[in-house]
Amino acid sequence: MTFDNFIQFVVMGLSLGAMYSLISIGYTIIYGILKLINLAHGDFFMLAGFLGMWGALYYGVPLWLSLVFGLALTVGVILFVNWFIYRPLRQYKMAAFTSTFAISMIVQASVIMFLSARAQAFPHPDFLNTPIKIGNIIIPMVTPFIIVIALILFGILTLIVNKTKIGRAMRAVSLDMEMVTLMGVNVENVIAFSFALSVVYAGMGAYLWGMRYPAFDPNIGVVTGLKGFIGAVIGGIGSIPGAMLGGFLLGFAEIMLIGFFPQYTNFRDIFSYAIMIIFLLFRPGGIFNVKIREEKV
Amino acid sequence: MIKQKPKNTILSIIAIAILLVILELIGRSKIDHYYIRILQYWSIYIIYGASFQLLYGYTGLLSLGHAGLIAIGAYAVGIFTISPATKTMSYILQPPAPFISNVQIPFIPALIIGGVFAALFGLVVAAPALRLGGDYLAIVTMGFAEVIRLLIVNMPSIFNGAMGLRAIPQSATLLMTWSVAIVCLFVMKRFENSTYGRALLAINEDEIGAEALGINVFSNKVKAFVLSSFFAGIGGGLMASVLGTIDPNTFKSTLTYTAVTICVLGGIRSATGVIIASGIYSIMSEFLRVFESPIKIGNFNFSGMPGMRVLVFGIMLLFLMLFRREGLLGSKEFSWDWFFSLFKKKPPKEQEKTVHTDKMGGSL
Repeated sequence: MTFDNFIQFVVMGLSLGAMYSLISIGYTIIYGILKLINLAHGDFFMLAGFLGMWGALYYGVPLWLSLVFGLALTVGVILFVNWFIYRPLRQYKMAAFTSTFAISMIVQASVIMFLSARAQAFPHPDFLNTPIKIGNIIIPMVTPFIIVIALILFGILTLIVNKTKIGRAMRAVSLDMEMVTLMGVNVENVIAFSFALSVVYAGMGAYLWGMRYPAFDPNIGVVTGLKGFIGAVIGGIGSIPGAMLGGFLLGFAEIMLIGFFPQYTNFRDIFSYAIMIIFLLFRPGGIFNVKIREEKV
Repeated sequence: MIKQKPKNTILSIIAIAILLVILELIGRSKIDHYYIRILQYWSIYIIYGASFQLLYGYTGLLSLGHAGLIAIGAYAVGIFTISPATKTMSYILQPPAPFISNVQIPFIPALIIGGVFAALFGLVVAAPALRLGGDYLAIVTMGFAEVIRLLIVNMPSIFNGAMGLRAIPQSATLLMTWSVAIVCLFVMKRFENSTYGRALLAINEDEIGAEALGINVFSNKVKAFVLSSFFAGIGGGLMASVLGTIDPNTFKSTLTYTAVTICVLGGIRSATGVIIASGIYSIMSEFLRVFESPIKIGNFNFSGMPGMRVLVFGIMLLFLMLFRREGLLGSKEFSWDWFFSLFKKKPPKEQEKTVHTDKMGGSL
C-alpha cells in the first residue's frame, strides 16, 4: 500500500468512525441514565433515515426541510415509546429490555409495511459527489464533510452536557436518580430529553450514512446498531467521550482491516464482533474503564 | 421434586401414546402436505420455545443467540445427511472440503451431532459471556449469532455460502418431530424439577442469596445454557430436515424473535404454555402469511403487506410485556388432578389450590 492510499484509507476510516460514534452516543446516554440497553436504537437510526428522505423523494419537499421533518417525527416516536412503554416498565429490568426488542421488531416491520421493503437511494446535494484531489490522493467530498459535521455535533453535545442546566440534570440523574428527584428535578423530562437527544444523534448519523453509501434499506439498523453498540462498549458504556472515541476507533479499525488485508473484507463484521467480545471479556469498562454494574437485566 | 401419583403417570403415558398414534395416522393419510408442515412446525417451535424458556424463565438470562444455535444444528444435519453425489453437484461456489465431501450418516445420529455441536458452541459462548452482567449477555449472544451466520456465508467450501444447502433428505416425519419434541420437553422438565432447576430458580430470584446458600451460580448457569443450546441445535436439525432447503437468510434474528415470542406468550415457566403458544404461533404465522402475499379478489388487487407477521408478533410481545409479564399461563401447568377437578363438583377454594400446587410432574 502506498502512502497516498494509506491517507485515503485514514480519511475513509475516520468518516465511517464518525458515523458509528453518532450511533454509539445514543446507547451510552440511555445506558448512563436508565441502565437500559436500548436494542431498538439501531432501528431508530433506520427510521430517521427513512422518514428524512421520504419527503424529498416522493413529495418534492426541499431536502433540508424533509430531513428536519424526519428528525422531528422520529423524536416524536421515541417520546411516545418512552412515555407509554419504557416508563411503565422501568422498574422491571427484564421486561423493559425485552420490550426494546419488541420495539425493534415493530419499527422494522412498520417501515417495511408502510414505507418500503426495498433499498432506497438517499437524496443528497450534488456538491458531495465531487472528488477532492491533493497530489495523487483522491477523496470523495462526502468523507471530509461527514467528519466535519460529526465534529461539530460532538462539540454541541459536549456543550449541552457540560454547560447547560438540562445537561447538568442529565449527569446528576445518571449518578443517582432517586436523590435527584428529591432535589426537585423533573426526572421524567430529563429522561425524555435524553431519548430525544439519542435519536437526534442517531438520525444525523443516518443522514450522513445515506449520503455516503448508495443504499438504505429497512434492515440496515440491525448491523449498524450493533456496530454503534460495539463503539459504545469500546469507549466504556455510559461515558459520552468514550462513545465518541470508541466509534471512531471501530470505524478506523474496520477500514484498516480492509486496507491492509483486502482478502478479509468479508470478515469485517466478524472482526468487529471479535473486538467487542475481547473488550467485554478483558476490559468490560472500555478504554475509559467505566465501572459497570454486574446485575441481571 | 413433587411426587407424581402413579395413576397420573400412567394416564400421561397413555395420552402421549394416543397423541402419537393420531399423528402417525395423520402423517400417513392423504391430508394436504401443507397442513402436515404446519403441525411439524408446531413441534419444532415447541423445542425452540422450551429451550429459550429454560434460560429466560428459569435462570433469568436473556440470550438472544438462538438463531445461531439453530443454524448450527440445521447445517450439521444438512451437511451430514446429504449424499456425497448431491454435494459435489450442489457446491457450486467451491468444491466441498475433503472432510465433508464423502460423509453421509443417517438422520438421527446427524441430529444428535448437530445438538452436540450447538451445545459445544453454547459452552464456548457461555463460559466467558456469563461472567458479565445480564445486559451484556444479550448483546454478546446476539453478536455470536450474527458471527455464525456470517461465517456460514463466508465459508463456501463447508457451508456452500449464500447458496445454502439444497435437497436435504426429508426424513423427519410428523411422528418423528413430535416424538423428539416430547422427549425434549420431558428432559427439560426433569431438569427443571431437579436440584439443578431449583438452584436455577434460586439464582433467578436472588443471585447473591443463592450464592450465599452454597449454590455455584456460574456452573449452574453454564449447565442451563449448554442444555438449552443442545435443544436449540436439535430443533434446528429437525427444521433443516422438514424444510429440505436452508440458506443463511433462514437464520436471521427473526428466528430469535420466534423463540422469544413463544416463550413469553405461553408463560415464562410453563411447558403447557409453550405447547399452546407454539400452536398459536405456527397457525397464526401461516394465517398472516396470506396477508403478506399479493391477493386478487375480483378486480381488486391487494398488493400484500410484507412484514405483517413481524408487526403483529411485535405488538403482541409488547402488550404481553406491558400487561402480562409472566405470559398467558405464567408457571401453571396442565395436571390430571386439575383436569378431573373440572368434572367434579368441588368447593371453589380447593379447586384453586389444586391448580396452584400442582407445579408439574411428568404429565405434559
